[in-house]
Amino acid sequence: MADTDDEHTSPKNPDNRIELERVAADKTHEAQIAADPPLGPDGEPLHKPGSTRVVRDRKGARVVVEVPSTGHSWDGIEEYDNPLPRWWLWTFYATIVWAVIYMFLYPAIPMVTRATQGLLGTNNRAEVAADISRFAEANAPIQARLVETPLEQIATDPELANYTANAGGAIFRTWCAQCHGSGAGGATGYPSLLDNDWLWGGSLEQIYATVQHGIRDPKDGDTRYSEMPRFGTDGMLDRTQIRQVVNHVLELGGKPYDATLAAEGATIFADNCVSCHGEDGKGDREQGAPDLTDAVWLYGSDPATITRIVHDGPFGVMPAWSGRLSEADIRAVASYVHGLGGGE
Amino acid sequence: MSQSDIDPPRLYAAREPIFPRRVHGWFRNLKWIIMAVTLGIYYITPWIRWDRGPHLPDQAVLVDLANRRFFFFWIEIWPHEFYFVAGLLVMAGLGLFLFTSALGRVWCGYTCPQTVWTDLFILTERWVDGDRNARIRLWNAPWDARKLRLRLTKWTIWLIIAVMTGGAWIFYFTDAPTLLGNLFTGQAHPVAYITMGVMTATTFVFGGFAREQICIYACPWPRIQAAMMDEDTLTVAYRDWRGEPRGKIAKGEATRSDGGAKGDCIDCMACVNVCPMGIDIRDGQQMECITCALCIDACDDVMDKIGKPRGLIDYMALKDETAERAGEKPKSVLRHILRPRTLLYFTLWAGIGIALIAALFMRSPFDLNVTPVRNPLYVTMADGAVRNTYVLRLRNKQGAKHEFRVSVAGPDGTAPQGAVLLLEGLADTTIPVEADTTHSQRIYLTAAPGSDLAEGGQAELTLWVEDAGDGVKSSIDTVFHGRGE
Repeated sequence: MADTDDEHTSPKNPDNRIELERVAADKTHEAQIAADPPLGPDGEPLHKPGSTRVVRDRKGARVVVEVPSTGHSWDGIEEYDNPLPRWWLWTFYATIVWAVIYMFLYPAIPMVTRATQGLLGTNNRAEVAADISRFAEANAPIQARLVETPLEQIATDPELANYTANAGGAIFRTWCAQCHGSGAGGATGYPSLLDNDWLWGGSLEQIYATVQHGIRDPKDGDTRYSEMPRFGTDGMLDRTQIRQVVNHVLELGGKPYDATLAAEGATIFADNCVSCHGEDGKGDREQGAPDLTDAVWLYGSDPATITRIVHDGPFGVMPAWSGRLSEADIRAVASYVHGLGGGE
Repeated sequence: MSQSDIDPPRLYAAREPIFPRRVHGWFRNLKWIIMAVTLGIYYITPWIRWDRGPHLPDQAVLVDLANRRFFFFWIEIWPHEFYFVAGLLVMAGLGLFLFTSALGRVWCGYTCPQTVWTDLFILTERWVDGDRNARIRLWNAPWDARKLRLRLTKWTIWLIIAVMTGGAWIFYFTDAPTLLGNLFTGQAHPVAYITMGVMTATTFVFGGFAREQICIYACPWPRIQAAMMDEDTLTVAYRDWRGEPRGKIAKGEATRSDGGAKGDCIDCMACVNVCPMGIDIRDGQQMECITCALCIDACDDVMDKIGKPRGLIDYMALKDETAERAGEKPKSVLRHILRPRTLLYFTLWAGIGIALIAALFMRSPFDLNVTPVRNPLYVTMADGAVRNTYVLRLRNKQGAKHEFRVSVAGPDGTAPQGAVLLLEGLADTTIPVEADTTHSQRIYLTAAPGSDLAEGGQAELTLWVEDAGDGVKSSIDTVFHGRGE
């Protein structure tokens, strides 16, 4: 131990005790083996200093050669410098040859803008494109039939019904699930498509029209449009009036309400709201005005939420899909939505 | 330069060619019959027709991989009923144990395809080349025109047998007459040709050239069988206490069987010459012996000729050997076979068989599977009702279109109060399902507002499906999620 000051090797450091004892034990063990080598069954020492190996000379005769030691020894087990097994070596050479061939045949070496292209011209991007066009081609006949079939007859054709259930589901999960949820259960502000309460109508025809042109999509001329006035923001009703009309809405919806406020609110409702929501509050699908008497609430049914709606008059937007999805896709997704349980 | 100079023993021994001589006798006849029956079953089975109606294949035995069905005469197995196949495999395994513990390697000697086809190949070899001595002469003869002609004739016949064997195999997987036509016009699926090619090659090589080497080197069974056999197992054995010392005897000379000093064995090598495995049974039990019993026939023939009693080589159990050496009478064959071990194997084998048959008769003609839709768990309807959606998969396993009525029951067995069942796209609760198809149906169960079901948490439910025609019922348990949870 030259540098006993080193804390990693110093015997003074109690942390090194186990390591130092092991080194010492190894030395003792080595010395023991050297002094009294264990014998093999033939009476010869088991651990020889160096080893022999049988090779064949040019004439095929067997020659015994000494194999040098690498000098590495652990617990008396020595590592010899034997050559690699031939089969292993040749397999290794074969992989090198293969790698060179592969490098020329397939894209391999990254260059500045793109990798080398390979002699076979393999291109994963082109393969994917070919796959896509192959599927599109396979689907073309049934899509053509879907476009030709009147909407109400799609469900009665087993083949089309099967196609719309699967393809429509895939389209829904790709384009619609972001707002309506992958299970079409909706979210606050995004209507559930599973119940029997529809803002703009739940017949297949109406769902189809909604998907085609969207709701309040400024880019589509035929889009369905209506606007809930911003009664509070625009100063059409004051705070008291809003409180009164909110209590009337709560009464319509069968929620706990304040009777005095609600009685006042009924007049305000009659003056401001019935043109869209109807005298009985049952809404109007022509204008996308929700039914205020049922159990389904787009934004929520607590007084604070209803107050906010009356005050701010929010309205949702759904994009028109006629320019983005094919006619067949729109029909498929409309049929799919219609078949989720709420369809009329 | 010490012990490494000495050449180690060669680890590879070149194959000694074997030329089994023709033999006549009881066991040879039994083997001919078994060969005819097994080959007959193999080649004819795909051609048996079985009318199952217009929608299903009319092949009696068909493994329809494309449509995932297995047809066996009146039985149709669907993929989810694969336990039947598993059960049959277990029975095959136990059957092998049973026969091995009782009769030794009777499977190897009589019914193994390797044995049967090798036997068939040796038979054609004998037709073309002649019997053992002629074949040995031909083997040693130089390659002249005659040898070439005989060899080509033999290989051609082998190849025809091999092609027919590989061809018959693929008929089990698709309609046989159609496939036969397609095979010749080149319209069959590449898989059919590849499978046929592989089966042809293996039959040709295994039956014509590899032969006993398959049993000795490739088959695990000779190694496993030792664990199945005991001192009561019947095997082919040589009565050395009667046969030794072997050697030539003069005509009418007394031997062991009639009080003489010499053994009964005259060392004629008949048992060795007929052996398809190329062994000498007189060396005792060997791993190579497939107990085909041809040496028994050969030796009995010789014993008859020299006027000594038959049975110098015989089916015998180890216990008999000890008994006979001690001068006692051996046990009867029946008492060897009937012992606790074989009875246990038989009981297990028969138990599984009975269970499978019972399962076969008890299985429903249709299957149910229901998945509650959990996204979302429930839907609130306009009137405040709570609706749950389920996907019911109804598998009609019958050859005709059936209508199934769906109903729902609570834990007490009655329909839950105020709950309405609706089926997507259908006017009532009856689902028509085409023959042999699986129908997926969306089902809605709507609980009235304020009802226990609607306002409670998760409730247990049972979905019942009844065949509207014959009234067969089946049910499956599921749950209803109320808004209370």
